[in-house]
Amino acid sequence: MTQSKAIWFKVLLWAYAAFSMSPLVVMLISSLRPTAEIFDKPLGLPSRPSLANYSKAWTEASFSTYVVNSVVVVVAAVLLGAAVSLLAAYPLGRYVFRGRSLFTAYFIGGMTLPAHLGVLPLFYLLQSMGLVDSRLGLVLVYAAGSIPFNVFVLTAFFHQLSDELDEAASLDGAGMFSTFWHIMMPLVRPAIATIVVFQFVPIWNDFFYPLVLMRDESKLTLPVGLTHFFGEFQNDWGTLFAGLVMTTIPLVVLFVLATRQIVAGLTAGMNR
Amino acid sequence: MALSGTRRRAAYLFVVPAFILYSVFVVYPLFTGLTYSMFEWKGTLRSTFIGLSNYSHLFTEAFRNELLAALGHNFLLLAGTILVQNTLGLAFAVALFAVRRGKRALQTMFALPYLVNPLVIGYLWTLLLSPTFGPVNSLLRSAGLESLAMPWLGDPKSALLTVILINTWQWVGFPMLLFSAALGGIPPEFNEAARTDGASSWKVFWHITLPLLRPAMATVTILSFIGSMNAFALIYALGGSNGAPAGSTDVLGLLFYRTAFASGDVNAIGTSSALAVFMFAFIFGSTLVLQRVLRSRS
Repeated sequence: MTQSKAIWFKVLLWAYAAFSMSPLVVMLISSLRPTAEIFDKPLGLPSRPSLANYSKAWTEASFSTYVVNSVVVVVAAVLLGAAVSLLAAYPLGRYVFRGRSLFTAYFIGGMTLPAHLGVLPLFYLLQSMGLVDSRLGLVLVYAAGSIPFNVFVLTAFFHQLSDELDEAASLDGAGMFSTFWHIMMPLVRPAIATIVVFQFVPIWNDFFYPLVLMRDESKLTLPVGLTHFFGEFQNDWGTLFAGLVMTTIPLVVLFVLATRQIVAGLTAGMNR
Repeated sequence: MALSGTRRRAAYLFVVPAFILYSVFVVYPLFTGLTYSMFEWKGTLRSTFIGLSNYSHLFTEAFRNELLAALGHNFLLLAGTILVQNTLGLAFAVALFAVRRGKRALQTMFALPYLVNPLVIGYLWTLLLSPTFGPVNSLLRSAGLESLAMPWLGDPKSALLTVILINTWQWVGFPMLLFSAALGGIPPEFNEAARTDGASSWKVFWHITLPLLRPAMATVTILSFIGSMNAFALIYALGGSNGAPAGSTDVLGLLFYRTAFASGDVNAIGTSSALAVFMFAFIFGSTLVLQRVLRSRS
């Protein structure tokens, strides 16, 4: 690589990076400006930065409710999905027994299914269980939906662990669950981090299921709440920008904390 | 390791919770949708078995036009994704490979938009591109590009192209990351051997790097197909559930949503279930074919 070429690559990359970030930066800056000021001068720094837009979105537009609902639903769904997937992936990834490949194919097959298309029957199923308009219903749907990807990643991790671990454990008289819990679990921790981070993003962002399955305003998660909010505050751009920033921040924080896990998760399946 | 006796029974117990959850909330609804599609419905009441009539309804004139238009828009979205987004992503990955310092910061900045909720992206660009108070048009005007200051999302001629560009802006970091990972996996000796033989860097890229990237390209293409066919939230935010303006951004996902929940059709469940099964078969089938074709070549 010649020196000048490398410099051109660098210029190109930083230029695009700046372009890539600028809409988000405009969003952040605008959220600190009063609406009148935005209308007057769409691009500009806040004359007096203030969090007034945020407190308005938080209280008047029930963002506090949406955020709490989202956090509760997403955390519960990710944990439940991870727990059942870990249990299943352990024997599927490590042992030979009848039905193993069938079970694995059954779970992983779901990765390519557009599960959203089952939404009408899902609606009536939840209705018959009394779970329409319930956060628990949403949790179960998300947790179930996370199983294919989780099992896919986790079986590969369990598979890599050495057979000697089992031999040592059975010499100590450990049962299956005890082997799983005390020996395997600590070793697959990086994989757990991957699936947790990786499921958090799409579930936090999901819009379709709550749009169809939730009506009660007090139980809405952020994305559908955002659509109501956008209609209601149409002309109050400052508040709109604040709302958009609030929906985004948890993910950015997560990303900065876990870039490596995200990259690992993305590439986990590539060499199979 | 083979299992016997109690341990084998234990293995099944481990699998059971995931099996139940997944079967009840993912597999069962998908299969029930299939039976829904073969009945005539009166509101939420299942009436008579009518075989494939709901499917033929999808291809009656009124519905067919909407269906084909939406499908066409999905395909344009796919073409934009593959030609613009994935090519750019590959170019960025190659450029990034040559950079030593600041790699992580660059990666983060490229990738940030795709973590943001597509709904947020949609609303954000609605504001940025607003013809009256939007900063994009005021920027163009102040740069002397008056003619480019236009209602990007309000004109049926430019709306879908704008959607494609916004989608590219959001997702380009994704193929970039996958290609970066694949480039990292190529043994440097290949490259060095060719260079000592006097090959130009373009030749090395074309004859060595690119063929080795085929598996990654197959993955990226398949994911692009699935993503383009399932597009929903971004387009909903940009054009509402009707694919405004004038249906120029309508896609299959919106059409399904409207048919199921906003058509006022007594048989809405029957029609939309048939549409869901049709989409399902189309997306799933095409994915399998794509996978076959792309993987066998690599």
